[in-house]
Amino acid sequence: MTSRITLAAAASLLLSPVRGLPIDFVRDVEPVFRQKCYACHGPAQVMSGLRLDRREAALAGGYSGKVIIPGKSADSKLIQMVSGVKLGAIMPPVGERLTPEQVNALRTWIDEGAVWPAMPEAKSEARSKSSHWAFKPPRRVEPPAVRGRSFVRNPIDAFILAKLEAEGIQFSPEADRYTLIRRLSLDLRGLPPAPEEIAGFVQDNRPDAYERLVDHMLASPHYGEKWARHWLDLARYADSDGYEKDLPRPHAWRYRHWLIEALNRDMPYDEFTIWQIAGDLLPNATVEQKVATGFHRNTLTNREGGIDREQLRVEQAVDRASTVGSVWLGLTVGCAQCHDHKYDPISQKEFYQLFAFFSPAEEIDLDAPLPGEMGPYLKAEPEYRRGRRELLEQYKIAPLQTAWEPKAIEAGRNQGKYGGDWDLAWTVLWNDERQILLKDPAKRTQKEQDKLTDHFLEWYSAVVSREQYKALGFKELREKLQRLAAGFPALSEAQSIADVANPPAAHVLIRGDFRDPGIAVDPGTPAVLPPMVAGKKPNRLDLARWIVSPRNPLTARVAVNRMWQAFFGKGLVSTAGDFGTQGVRPTHPELLDWLATEFERREWSVKSMHKLIVESAAYRQASHTRNELITRDPYNKLVARQTRLRLEAELVRDAALSASALLNPAVGGKSVRPPQPAGMTNLGYGDFVKWKDSDGADRYRRGLYTFFQRTVPYPQLMTFDAPDSNLPCTRRERSTTPLQALNLLNDPGFFETAQAFAARVLRERQGSTADRIEYAFLLALGRIPSGREKDRAAGFFHQQGQIFKQEPDAPAKLFPGRLEGVPAAEMAEWVTFSRALLNLDEFITRE
Amino acid sequence: MDSSQFRQIQTRRRFFRACAGGLGTIALAHVMADEGRTAEATRIPDPLTPRLSHFAPKAKNVIFLFMEGAPSQVDLFDPKPGLQKWDGHPLPESLTKDLRLAFIKPTAKVMASPRVFKPAGQCGMELSDLLPGLASRADDICLVRSMFTDAFNHHPGQLLLMSGSIQFGRPSMGAWVTYGLGSESRNLPAFVVLSSGRGTSGGASNWSSGFLPSTYQGVTFRSTGDPVLYLSSPNGVSSRTQRSGLDLVRDLNEERLAMTGDVEIASRIASYELAFRMQSSAPELLDFSKESPRTLEMYGVNRKETRPFGTNCLLARRMVERGVRFVQLMHASWDHHSELNKGLKEKCEATDHPAAALIQDLKERGLLDSTLVVWGGEFGRTPMVEIRRPGEPGNEGRDHHPLAFSMWMAGGGIKGGQVVGKTDDIGFNIVEDKVHVHDLQATILHCLGFDHTRLTYRHQGRDFRLTDVAGEVKKKLLA
Repeated sequence: MTSRITLAAAASLLLSPVRGLPIDFVRDVEPVFRQKCYACHGPAQVMSGLRLDRREAALAGGYSGKVIIPGKSADSKLIQMVSGVKLGAIMPPVGERLTPEQVNALRTWIDEGAVWPAMPEAKSEARSKSSHWAFKPPRRVEPPAVRGRSFVRNPIDAFILAKLEAEGIQFSPEADRYTLIRRLSLDLRGLPPAPEEIAGFVQDNRPDAYERLVDHMLASPHYGEKWARHWLDLARYADSDGYEKDLPRPHAWRYRHWLIEALNRDMPYDEFTIWQIAGDLLPNATVEQKVATGFHRNTLTNREGGIDREQLRVEQAVDRASTVGSVWLGLTVGCAQCHDHKYDPISQKEFYQLFAFFSPAEEIDLDAPLPGEMGPYLKAEPEYRRGRRELLEQYKIAPLQTAWEPKAIEAGRNQGKYGGDWDLAWTVLWNDERQILLKDPAKRTQKEQDKLTDHFLEWYSAVVSREQYKALGFKELREKLQRLAAGFPALSEAQSIADVANPPAAHVLIRGDFRDPGIAVDPGTPAVLPPMVAGKKPNRLDLARWIVSPRNPLTARVAVNRMWQAFFGKGLVSTAGDFGTQGVRPTHPELLDWLATEFERREWSVKSMHKLIVESAAYRQASHTRNELITRDPYNKLVARQTRLRLEAELVRDAALSASALLNPAVGGKSVRPPQPAGMTNLGYGDFVKWKDSDGADRYRRGLYTFFQRTVPYPQLMTFDAPDSNLPCTRRERSTTPLQALNLLNDPGFFETAQAFAARVLRERQGSTADRIEYAFLLALGRIPSGREKDRAAGFFHQQGQIFKQEPDAPAKLFPGRLEGVPAAEMAEWVTFSRALLNLDEFITRE
Repeated sequence: MDSSQFRQIQTRRRFFRACAGGLGTIALAHVMADEGRTAEATRIPDPLTPRLSHFAPKAKNVIFLFMEGAPSQVDLFDPKPGLQKWDGHPLPESLTKDLRLAFIKPTAKVMASPRVFKPAGQCGMELSDLLPGLASRADDICLVRSMFTDAFNHHPGQLLLMSGSIQFGRPSMGAWVTYGLGSESRNLPAFVVLSSGRGTSGGASNWSSGFLPSTYQGVTFRSTGDPVLYLSSPNGVSSRTQRSGLDLVRDLNEERLAMTGDVEIASRIASYELAFRMQSSAPELLDFSKESPRTLEMYGVNRKETRPFGTNCLLARRMVERGVRFVQLMHASWDHHSELNKGLKEKCEATDHPAAALIQDLKERGLLDSTLVVWGGEFGRTPMVEIRRPGEPGNEGRDHHPLAFSMWMAGGGIKGGQVVGKTDDIGFNIVEDKVHVHDLQATILHCLGFDHTRLTYRHQGRDFRLTDVAGEVKKKLLA
């Protein structure tokens, strides 16, 4: 007891400088560091790149530069931080602050020259973060031996079953064939099976009937659509800029178009990766390779007038780096953009090393014609050019624009010179437009010249009065030009990026603030992962190759885990977007590693992996809950059954369109705008967001083609948990809400599917109501109804018939048209019955 | 708890509630024990079941009057005679060094406010002549003249105010509050968004549930067509037909539930029943026929200028009465880069009396003590002038100003009749009682009974909260 008190007293003595004596590092300073700073800036942690337990490191400083400037305590960041001179920034951030005496001691010590005698350094106790399981290479072990060998269809099953057997649990029985074909069809094509396909499979007695079905589904062009949508979640794909103005991106779809094709032809995942991360840097890069790199263009663009272009550039590069980290490496690297996190494997400096791969990129748009476009375009081009030239001449554009150009350039160089309106003229020029403006007019391409003229016509309004602008008739001219262009065949365009020749150096940004650059960094990869083999200045292409190199422990694991998640509802690692030290450990680590190594052995063939997984016995199990497992394995971590999964937002739409035969099955192409209630876009900013309903067959396209407007997304998508596409989404929510019920019950679009479904049943199946009920179940749910279900359905027809007797006007409203030979009341009964079927939980669920 | 576990528990609970009737509690306790949940988790039986906060709350509901675009504090709330002195002159360089502005240059000239400020109420709070309505409630409100924020563009500023971060993907304040407190209403959503004027820069991110389960996302009530999207049945579907169809849906869903044992189906059944109830409760909510003429007059429901905002204010009160937890009432846009004088006048005419009526009405009905009302935008406006069209008189406006702006609060937990905070002579910088938007959020949560550092949700391995890593409850604001 006594000794403890003495020690405490001695310690407190130590912590205050002894009056009258010069400051002594060992007595007055080091104990303060040890007590208040080492926890984060010492042997265990090197937050913000700063260590205070070693002389050289401490004097060298951290990410923001030197923190101790001998002789100048007021300029030393160390003093600024511990004394909290800057609002909101004080060290230590939690726990007891330094006492005024301690701060004084540090101040005096620095002013007296920061003398730091040589002394034994604190022993390094850093836990090696690379010991984390996911940073070690996947270890391939042979599938374990199991007792129930007859249940094993492929090695996947051995891994799953071994664990089940250890728990004394058996696989669930295989699902019936109706369930199997619907499951496969929804998982691989995203569409319910056609009645003929169901009949064919149910009757197919060949031993490999299932495998044949799998091949049939994998070969469908709809496979690419289904799996493109999963990838678009990761790519944060949208058809608009996001942020305030949220302008449309008319060419965004071209990337999606490429994606669908790439998946359909089973492009190997390594190549798929390289093209998207750095296709533009491949030797003699093709248009398609550059289109693939459009992956990076899905980042948001803030076009608010007051935005700082440098800020935007930095934010976009930050987003690209963190997206690549999350999509391919399954790491939440973006968390490190502001500061180090104690337990995260990636430091802030390492994040900015990743960032440095992306910071040289600038955005470019390119012609990316689809097959068949070039011929008609070239043929019509001269006439279009002539039309455009005539219109511009008619409105006498050339002299005005010629006068405007140098003045706009001067306003940009010398803001404030001509006043606010001319400042604005420069402000509203987008990056590429500024580049064009600064080019010698003789050296501009036709396309560039057109672009600048279009900008001029719109924004000349900034520098003349409203009356003058009106008198010039530019608004009318712009409409004429747009109409003219619409009348001629055009080439598809695409968004991509390219590295600039002499990029500015990248820096650690203190607290993520672009105005506060810290130390400079070169491109580099995180230390916990195997080093990159590349030249002195690696670029994005080197990064892409490093990501898919066999030595990278994460890429294949992360990819196969997402496949598992799609087929079973939950990944083997349930935090699909976080394989880092804060993520959840895999339920079946050996299986995960086996799949990861298998993926590489199969030369990164995605289709082949999909085939492997869906052919496993594990996948083919029934999804019914097992009473005996409800308490033992409530989350089905052991995979003792399949899982019922509510369909994704787009597939809910697709299922209704498909069952009612309204679906337009075209694959690829531009985004469409199916009808939505009037006034939806009023919630967007100003009147920037326009939504003109698509016409004709475009109204019935699959959900993934719906134009995604970031600030006011299509309501049905959001109601059913589609991601908002501002950040990569590695796992979708599946909620159940009353808004979903209202959407399916009352949305005119869905009601139309009920009407069409009713008509389809009556058209395609002649016979009794009972026969037709059976057919309706087959169309909607892909199965034959039970006796109880048939009885209940028949009862409904009776009941609904009674209601219509009391509401004689209702049938004509429910089905305004007529179907030959079907009385209006019967038709209406079928509409209401169909509406109920298309609202069943089972209809929007993959079982 | 991560989202999948959370979800699993809530659906299982809902299943027992929906299906097991009187046995619900017992069955629930059983499941809870089996799941080995901690005491913390057992407090969350259903995502929307009313829950207790950390300590006794002062407010149960929030009405956030979000004045999108940034209202000009020096013309409305913060009288600055000093501006007269500087009028027409640029600011000293010491002030504008390192200053970042959206449109104007740091050399822009100062513009005095043409408004007249008068003391209002017993407390003598000085308010602009554009706010006679608010002046009549001066003793009820706490005016904060020392707000500041980090962002100076709209969308980032709105993200910061509404979700505590300029990064995307965080839940909005309404989502956090609903996550923390659940819902008091069986028939209406817990978090409702109303808007008048134009759309906002932030769009859907202003009421997003972020990484929280989407149950907590704000539900937008619309001013045209169905108040809730797809609320009304298709033409020809009478309520009898709707009921008969829903009975069929329910029975067939129950068949499937029995067959598969999947409790998600029970959730689905419950969601259809709630949808059906909403079909009748939402129209009742919008039906003002039982409101007195005096009430309608007070909110200005029948005057053209005040109708949109007044209707929403009255709706907000009716929602609070019916248990809606968080009403976010947006009015856009106060972004007066030009024609400030004219624009402010219009905006104030549209909103001042209805907002004052809301306070008065809540007070008269005894609801103000349990309802927190907040009024404000994402930042303020510069003391300097912005001139977009030099030749046109009256065109003057003000640019974005994040360093100092004003907001007011009233009701549950707030001490009315006081002004908090002070800015310098020209309203450029704060000189007393700085209140960051994170502090505002911390204070709002405090009024609702939450320690803002403990209302957290685990996502990507980190415990996130509305106030990020900052925020301090500002005791001066509190009753």
